[in-house]
Parts: sequence; structure tokens; C-alpha cells
Amino acid sequence: MSNALTQPTVPASIKQASRNYWVGVLRRIGREKLTVVCAAILLLIVLLALLAPWLIGADPYKTSMIRRLLPIGSPGYLLGTDELGRDMIARLAYGGRMSLLIGVMPVFIAFVIGSVVGIFAGYAGGRINMAIMRLLDVFYAFPSVLLAVAIAGALGQGISNSILALTLIFIPQLTRIAESVTTQVRTLDYVEAARMSGASSLTIIRVHILGNVLGPIFVYATGLVSVSMILASGLSFLGLGVKPPEPEWGLMLNTLRSAIYVNPWVAALPGAMIFITSMCFNLMADGIRSAMEVTE
Amino acid sequence: MSNDLPLPSAEDRGGPAQPILIVNGLRKHFPLGGGLFGGNKGAVHAVDGVNITVPKRTTLGIVGESGCGKSTTARLLTRLIEPDEGEVIFDGEAVGVPGGMPLKELRRNLQLVFQDSFASLNPRMTIERAIAFGPQVHGLPASEAIERSRHLLDRVGLEPGRFGGRYPHELSGGQRQRVNIARALAFNPRLIILDESVSALDKSVQAQVLNLLMDLKDELKLTYMFISHDLNVVQYISDHVMVMYLGQVVEVGPVEEVYAHPRHPYTKALLSAVPSLDPARRTERTPLTGDPPNPINPPPGCRFRDRCPKAHAVCAEIAPPSVAVGADHRVACLMADPASGHPDAS
Repeated sequence: MSNALTQPTVPASIKQASRNYWVGVLRRIGREKLTVVCAAILLLIVLLALLAPWLIGADPYKTSMIRRLLPIGSPGYLLGTDELGRDMIARLAYGGRMSLLIGVMPVFIAFVIGSVVGIFAGYAGGRINMAIMRLLDVFYAFPSVLLAVAIAGALGQGISNSILALTLIFIPQLTRIAESVTTQVRTLDYVEAARMSGASSLTIIRVHILGNVLGPIFVYATGLVSVSMILASGLSFLGLGVKPPEPEWGLMLNTLRSAIYVNPWVAALPGAMIFITSMCFNLMADGIRSAMEVTE
Repeated sequence: MSNDLPLPSAEDRGGPAQPILIVNGLRKHFPLGGGLFGGNKGAVHAVDGVNITVPKRTTLGIVGESGCGKSTTARLLTRLIEPDEGEVIFDGEAVGVPGGMPLKELRRNLQLVFQDSFASLNPRMTIERAIAFGPQVHGLPASEAIERSRHLLDRVGLEPGRFGGRYPHELSGGQRQRVNIARALAFNPRLIILDESVSALDKSVQAQVLNLLMDLKDELKLTYMFISHDLNVVQYISDHVMVMYLGQVVEVGPVEEVYAHPRHPYTKALLSAVPSLDPARRTERTPLTGDPPNPINPPPGCRFRDRCPKAHAVCAEIAPPSVAVGADHRVACLMADPASGHPDAS
């Protein structure tokens, strides 16, 4: 009897030590309603864009002079039509393909490159760090819109060139974040302990640094998705990015600008899409980050 | 227990009489105001010509006020910081010189346990994996490393089935420090530097961890360097004690000898500052006033002279050499050297 009291039986699930980290992260994400909702909305938007040809009957390129700027709720045109009489539902769905590509791609590439460079600079420290960071500071001397226009202008018109231009804009920002977080983590005792074990720098970065720095960099990067979409629309407006009549949310926002007094609700729709998408990205990233945080 | 651990302990090379660690003239100056354009504005003399000898299977206590270079010494010995100068001999083998002991070998034999038990564990790693990391670096397969890690958890008093899968924030301070000790043991080291390792723990937990350390020392034939500002703990655990002041060793000797007959005025002041429960031993005057002088380019002569009640003109001229005043007992004070010209010398 006393034995049973002093030695409580441990459930097998706890005895099975070595809990999987990612299983725990998924479980914690599942508990956060907001994160789940945001992820669901994003999934919907992505699916809508990908499956547009099968889901949407209307043609996004078919213009109609007599059906210009129909209000939301018009029969046959649930979300109205744009300034050339094209169906807004179709244009928003098809436009999502280009917008998501141009919003996510540059940020993703810059996230990868910026993290590698920033973590390297932060871990190396000293003169190497200073050389890399001062070099990147040159990019900060120009406003990012101006720089994007200049790079895209120099490279020439086209989607891939504007993606490249935007990538170059985001690399310094993400590198700076990665560098500052890594510098903080590097001086912690557990990294020192790992160094003392005789492990190589690459092993230490992989095992001890990466997991503790990727969260903040990731959250910052998702915040850039909306910036990327807006900048891309600016490039399109100047004739450097997406060319009309190709549907793209940023470009649509620009061309509908003139209709803002005639039919404000329809004109606001592409903007609403950009807002919802970037908001969901942000909130989801925040949720994922706090789920990755084991020390709460 | 040490026999069934897969990573074999490095064998005793020099025999019992060979000290496990001999350090000669260890020096580290941190330059100030470097940068791109900053000129040389001097240097912090963090550790300045420190000599240490640690006999096998003993404990060397290192005491001194904050900023005296205790922790820097620990980091220099483990090569977390590169020393400017100094010779390190581990069990008769010079470290880091051609033909001597390679650095990776030293790091397996010499481990450090930090003060902050939380910061010294990766928050995203379960403790059994944290302990297994070191042996894996040294080539043990993952499954064996985990097995060894669970073995060590058991040895430091944490049931592996209950605690192995936990993250550091799910443990108490004392439990985390046990994990840190287990992590150090995972290398099968022969010398462990405990840098204020029990200072952050409350008294009862501190006592448990100290007892664990003493048991491990006997069982695994370990040698400790115990850095602390707590003189009572140092007296309890140490065989020898070394007193540091501003990057230099001022007194070193067997712990009973130094505590009973301190020779250096700084050691005397330190020991008289220890709170006593005996009303007859009430501290009546302030043992020491002022702060240590700036470690940036300290003045020549004795570094303690500004605060020393027995300071004399000669103290500003001669840097006191370390002289023997008894068996293993050395003091760096001019008063201990009859030929120094200090009026109180004996």
C-alpha cells in the first residue's frame, strides 16, 4: 500500500519519453482557433486560384462595354464587373495565381537567402559580420519602392524580373533580422556548451541555432508578403511587372482606381483580397511561432 | 557504473602524482575600442599571469569578488576564449601544441558546468537529447547516445522515464543543474569546472547537488575546479583554495591552512566578511572599503595596495611575486617576503 503511494504508476504515454517536437507543435496549433481559421482561409484562396479554370465558368478576359462597373450582387455577376465589364469573380480567382506567386515567391527566396547569410554573419561575428552587414546597409540608402523600380527597369519588363527585383529588396531586411536574432542566441550558455563539446560550427547551427532563430525570421517574412504584393502592383502600374489584361490583384486595384467614385465597393475588392491574404499570413505565422515556443 | 558506459574514459597517463592540470602564465587582455577606426585604447587585464596546479582527484576552490577573472579563467581553460599567452598541461601533456593533446581531446576530458541552469540548456531540446548531443558529436550512434543519456539521468537522480522527454522549462532549477552535470559527465571527463554551478540554487537544493557532486567525484575518480563566491561552500567541498584578485592569484594553499592562517591581507578581509553564527566572532569593522581598481591598464606594483590596510611605498614599486609560506601554501604579498623591503615583512 505504501509502496503504491510513494511510487505512483506513470502512464505509458509519459514513460514513452522522447516526445516528438513537431507532433507537439501541431497539437498546439490545433488549439489556436485563430490560426486554424487563417490557415483555412489561405487554403481556400490558394485552392480557388489553382482550380480557377475548373471552378469558375466565366472568362476573366471577356470584356463587355454594356456591362461595365456593375455593382456587387448583379444577376450573373455576383461580385459585379470591372471597368471593362469583365466578371470580378473570375478576375479575382485568376488574379490570385499571379498575386500569390508574386507575393510569396520573392519573400520565400529572400527568406532562404537572408536566413543563410544572416545566420552565418551572426554566428561568425566580428569582422565578417561587420563586412556583410555594412555591405547590405547600402541597400537601405534607397527607398525600397525606388530600388525595386530601378532594378526592374534595368532588368526589363516581365514577371520573373519583377520577382527578382523584389527578392533583392527583401534580402537585406531578412538578413538583418536573421543576424540580430542569431547574435542574441549565439552568446547563450547552451551554444557555448555545444562549442565546448567539440562540435563543428555547422552542427551547432543546425542543432542548436536554427530552431531558435527561424521562428522570428519566419514571422517577419510573412509580414513582407503583403508588402511584396503592393510593390508588385506598383511595378505593374509602371509597366514593369504584370501586363494588362493579365489579372493580378495589385494591377486590378490600380486600374479600378478611376472607378472609385462610381462603384467604390467593386473597386475595393482586389484590395480586400490583398488585405485578407496578408492578414491571414501574418496571423498564421504568429500562431505557428507561438506554437513552436516550448517555453511559455 | 563507469564501466558500462560506451564511451571509454580517457586513461590515466601520468600516474597519481602527476597533477591533472598545470597552468603556467595564463594571460588574457581584452582590447578596448577596436572597431574599424577606433585606435587602441588599452585593454582590460582580465587574467594576468595565472598559475594553477590541480592534483588528481582533488577539488580546487577558486574564490574572489566579481570581476576578478574567475569565470574568464574557466573559459580560457576550456578554450571558449583563446588565451593570449599561457601553457596548459593536461595530465602531463601540453595542450594545443604540435605533438601534444589536441583540442578536441581536451574538451572531452575537461567540461564546464555553468551558473545559469536555464540558459545553458537549449529550450527546444528534450533533456535526454541535450545530454546525448555531446557523445554523438564524438561519434556515438544516436540510439546508444540516448541510452547513455538515460543512464546518466538516472545517475544524477532524475528518473529517465519521467524526465527524459521533458523540456528545460518543465524542470526546477535544481533538476536542471543535475541535467547540466549529467551533460558534462556524458563525455566521461576527468576534470570538471563548476562555474558558480550551485550559486543560483537555494540552500537545501544546493546541499543536495553538492552531495551528488561529492559522490560522483569518488565514484568516477573526478577532479573539480569549483568557482564560487560562497566561502562556506568552498570550505566544505575543496581540498585546496585559490584566491583571485583583479586577474591575479593572490593566495593559494590547502583549504584548512588558508582558512586558519590567511597570509594575504585580501584573503584576511574576505574571510572576516563571512557571516558567523557565533556572537563572539561578531564583525566589528568593515573588513574592506572601496572597489577594486579599474582593470583597464592597472598601475604597476601590487594591485591591492589602494585598499590594503598595510600598504607601504614599496608596494607601488614592486609587483609582489608568489612566495612559498608553507607546504603548498603560496602568497603574492611583499609582507611574506623578508627581502622585499616592506616594514611589516616577516
